[in-house]
Amino acid sequence: MQIHKTQALIIGGGATGTGIARDLALRGVACILVERRDINAGASGSNHGLLHSGARYVLNDAMTSMECREENLLLKALAPHCVEDTGGMFVAIEGDDASYIADFPNLCARCGIPVEAIDPKAAKELEPELSNRVIAAYLTPDASVDPFKLSLENISHARKLGATLLCHHRVLGFEMEKRRICRVRLIHTESGEEVFIEADQVINASGAWAAEIAALAGISIPMVYSKGSLLVTSDRITQRVINRLHPPGDGDILAPGGTVSLLGTTSVQIDAPDHAHPSIPEIDRIVDQASLMIPILEFARYIRAYSGVRPLMGSHTEEGGRSQSRGFAVLDHEKDGLVNFVTIAGGKLTTYRLMAEKGADLVCQRLGVSSPCLTRTQPLPDSPECRWSEPGLSPKLWFRAHDVGDILLCECEMVPKSAVEGVISVIQEQNMKPDLKSISLRSRIGKGPCQGAFCSLRVSTYLHDRDARYSDRNLTCISDFLRERWKGLRPVLWGGQLMQAELQEALQCGLLNLELHAKELTRNDPNYFL
Amino acid sequence: MTQIISCELAVIGAGLTGMAASMFAANRGIKTVQVGVTGEIIFASGFLDILGIHPISEKKPWLDPWAGMRKLIQDCPDHPYSRLTPEEIQSALEEYLAFVKDFGVPHYWEKTHNIEMITPQGTLKLTGCVPQTMKNAILALRKKPPGLFVDIKGLKGFSSHQIVDNLKETWPDIRSASIAFPDSTHLGEIYPEYMARSLEAGISRKKLAAIILPHVQNAKVVGIPAIMGIHRSLEVQADMESLIGARIFEIPTLPPSVPGLRLKEMFEEALPAKGIQQFLQQRVTSVLPELDNCFLLNIAGGNAQEQKIRCKGILLAAGRFFGKGLTADRKRIRESLFDLPVFQPVSRSNWYRMDFLDPKGHPIHQAGLEIDDNFRPVSASGIPVFSNLFAAGSILAHQDWIRQKCGSGLAIATAYGAVSSYVKLGF
Repeated sequence: MQIHKTQALIIGGGATGTGIARDLALRGVACILVERRDINAGASGSNHGLLHSGARYVLNDAMTSMECREENLLLKALAPHCVEDTGGMFVAIEGDDASYIADFPNLCARCGIPVEAIDPKAAKELEPELSNRVIAAYLTPDASVDPFKLSLENISHARKLGATLLCHHRVLGFEMEKRRICRVRLIHTESGEEVFIEADQVINASGAWAAEIAALAGISIPMVYSKGSLLVTSDRITQRVINRLHPPGDGDILAPGGTVSLLGTTSVQIDAPDHAHPSIPEIDRIVDQASLMIPILEFARYIRAYSGVRPLMGSHTEEGGRSQSRGFAVLDHEKDGLVNFVTIAGGKLTTYRLMAEKGADLVCQRLGVSSPCLTRTQPLPDSPECRWSEPGLSPKLWFRAHDVGDILLCECEMVPKSAVEGVISVIQEQNMKPDLKSISLRSRIGKGPCQGAFCSLRVSTYLHDRDARYSDRNLTCISDFLRERWKGLRPVLWGGQLMQAELQEALQCGLLNLELHAKELTRNDPNYFL
Repeated sequence: MTQIISCELAVIGAGLTGMAASMFAANRGIKTVQVGVTGEIIFASGFLDILGIHPISEKKPWLDPWAGMRKLIQDCPDHPYSRLTPEEIQSALEEYLAFVKDFGVPHYWEKTHNIEMITPQGTLKLTGCVPQTMKNAILALRKKPPGLFVDIKGLKGFSSHQIVDNLKETWPDIRSASIAFPDSTHLGEIYPEYMARSLEAGISRKKLAAIILPHVQNAKVVGIPAIMGIHRSLEVQADMESLIGARIFEIPTLPPSVPGLRLKEMFEEALPAKGIQQFLQQRVTSVLPELDNCFLLNIAGGNAQEQKIRCKGILLAAGRFFGKGLTADRKRIRESLFDLPVFQPVSRSNWYRMDFLDPKGHPIHQAGLEIDDNFRPVSASGIPVFSNLFAAGSILAHQDWIRQKCGSGLAIATAYGAVSSYVKLGF
């Protein structure tokens, strides 16, 4: 039986959890972060990668707007390697609400967000794919942020400062005594081993799973699950983040993500956070809506779709959660009878640092640690181990110079052997088994147009060759990986991507009999559909 | 002014179905023109599947493909195989195999038995027929003599260690070796085609054999990636065998692979030699039915100038989505050239199942052209759309060649059926 002791236990390896780990580590607090799957497995890894200027929420949620505005500036300054300062543009098209358009600059001014009106012709010159039916346009300070890199950098820095990361560790329960959580019981899902952690403070940063974790401690948190779905285009369509200038709705944001564009979203209330996946009607709604703003989106090739679950604080509403606050909450569970437990939930990717700061403030106050928060002033280090998730970096380096033997394992995204090696050593250092999923998370493997059809085989062969312990005898890793990718592929299968899927099946099933080797999915499998 | 080429039959498509159809037409003395892009045939692994699995939901394998076929025909009267008798399908395969043998790509089959083969991942797969260069694997898998598996540094997706680890439970006396291909240190990545062409020269074979030899030791058989030459693969293989003193068999590599390339180059040489006029790397851009029951085809593509073809009949073998015979937008599936009626699920939500590996298979694969007994695409009411338009291969509805493991057999058998119908109906 393994027992770890620490000052602070953080549950959840998304932006908030990794942010808290870094914040606490910078204040000298010893901490362990546990994550049920892998870094950014929840909403932190399935969003627009949008560094909000705050302009989107000026009408209904001035508080969130102002928080976004401030965090936007801080992140641009302190984590420039995670941000592409693309700028943003809000555009209205014929038929959009004239009074909303007219109020927009004032609403932005009220929140301190600098916007600049430009005429539709100038807008079209800046972004040629915009519709000819644009009637108003404003430039805003929105930007794009790489959420994977952000979380990987946060946890990497925290680990350098002494924090421990335990991925694939699921919380099973809390042992409580005298108004305290004295022990947390976990299972290491890869080995099946039970693990115990004794911590002075327990921080629930599990995003959409926060209510489930709190329930293990007998605490009820009112939470609404709002599923948002997005599509990835095969090419980058615009330079800037484009928002439709109207009250937030479906399919009204197109954000650049390096070499691609990300189009979303929807807001669909669901009952539970697990098994969320994009549906075909949702995808059609997004494409129909977005094509009004950017007509080429009707004909673009989409390489995949994905869904994230927004953990919104509050109770059920009728219209899918669009009007619910995007604000966050630090819930001090002392009032619920547990003095060393806190939940941090809600919020946006943009405000993750602020959420971490507020959560860490409370934890430090309880621990009697007086050191102030440093994440507001200390730049986020740019560590070489986190660089492989960056789109376009790998080909750039590979073209500049590479050893003759450094062959490309992923041809779509041009990821060479050396990059995969780099990623493997980080994974091993984090006490995990390198497999297709963990390598793909930390690199561009499987993220190009082939969506893993070929590189999954090349990487699994490569893994076997370098160390037979990582062999995939029954093609289980490949099956899992392709099934996971499939959730995102299925809704975009028409046109070019459908041809790709046919080729993939001909190879994986036609030649390699993958479907005959694969286990049937059970309810507990993350790839199982309800 | 563009010249008009006149012929009896125009075969549209240059995958295995189109090639087989042209071959059957040539053997029957039909004046034939073939148009299409030969992209897909190089994705062939070399395995010639006849029928491996039925029903797919039960993952039931058939050691005897003909017994499986009788069951399939009984269960699925709309399956393209059901338009023919097993005897006809068998004679189609025999005619095909005799042809490819005559033109230098001999195959091996056991007719009444599917054979077990080794995939590039080291798993086993049942198939109907394999290139002669892979034959020694069959005996080796049965007798399990001491064996060696070789992979080549810089060839991706092919690991002899992986293959050995996967096979050694049932075949214990095997070893693996990773070698460098001769004179390739300046290359990082190395492609099967490059190696195959290089091995057509005796000097390369000597160098490769010298590198493999020290690893052979007690091995009686050596499995290597499919690189034994393009044109004279049996000679290349025999020479290699005598140089290393052990039997050799090829294992397919990930596509595009050499066995596919061999077929492509063989057909591109053999069919014109048999009088087929080929316009490869070109596509039919439009078809015009004419008053005298002929069709007028416009073809274009590549660097060639536009060309017109007048024909008495068309055999459509354009493949599915990857071959561009079918196209899909968000709303529906269309046949690309004539906009023929396509049997298909009611909406896109029903095209694919939620699980990529769902044993039931994806309903979209059942989509395609429905045909009459003479392989002519029919309207919803079952009437042929044109009396002289035939279709064959994977574009046909009510089959799942990937999951049923019947791709090549389906291509060859339906090409045979369509050409036979063209002859029978007498245009």
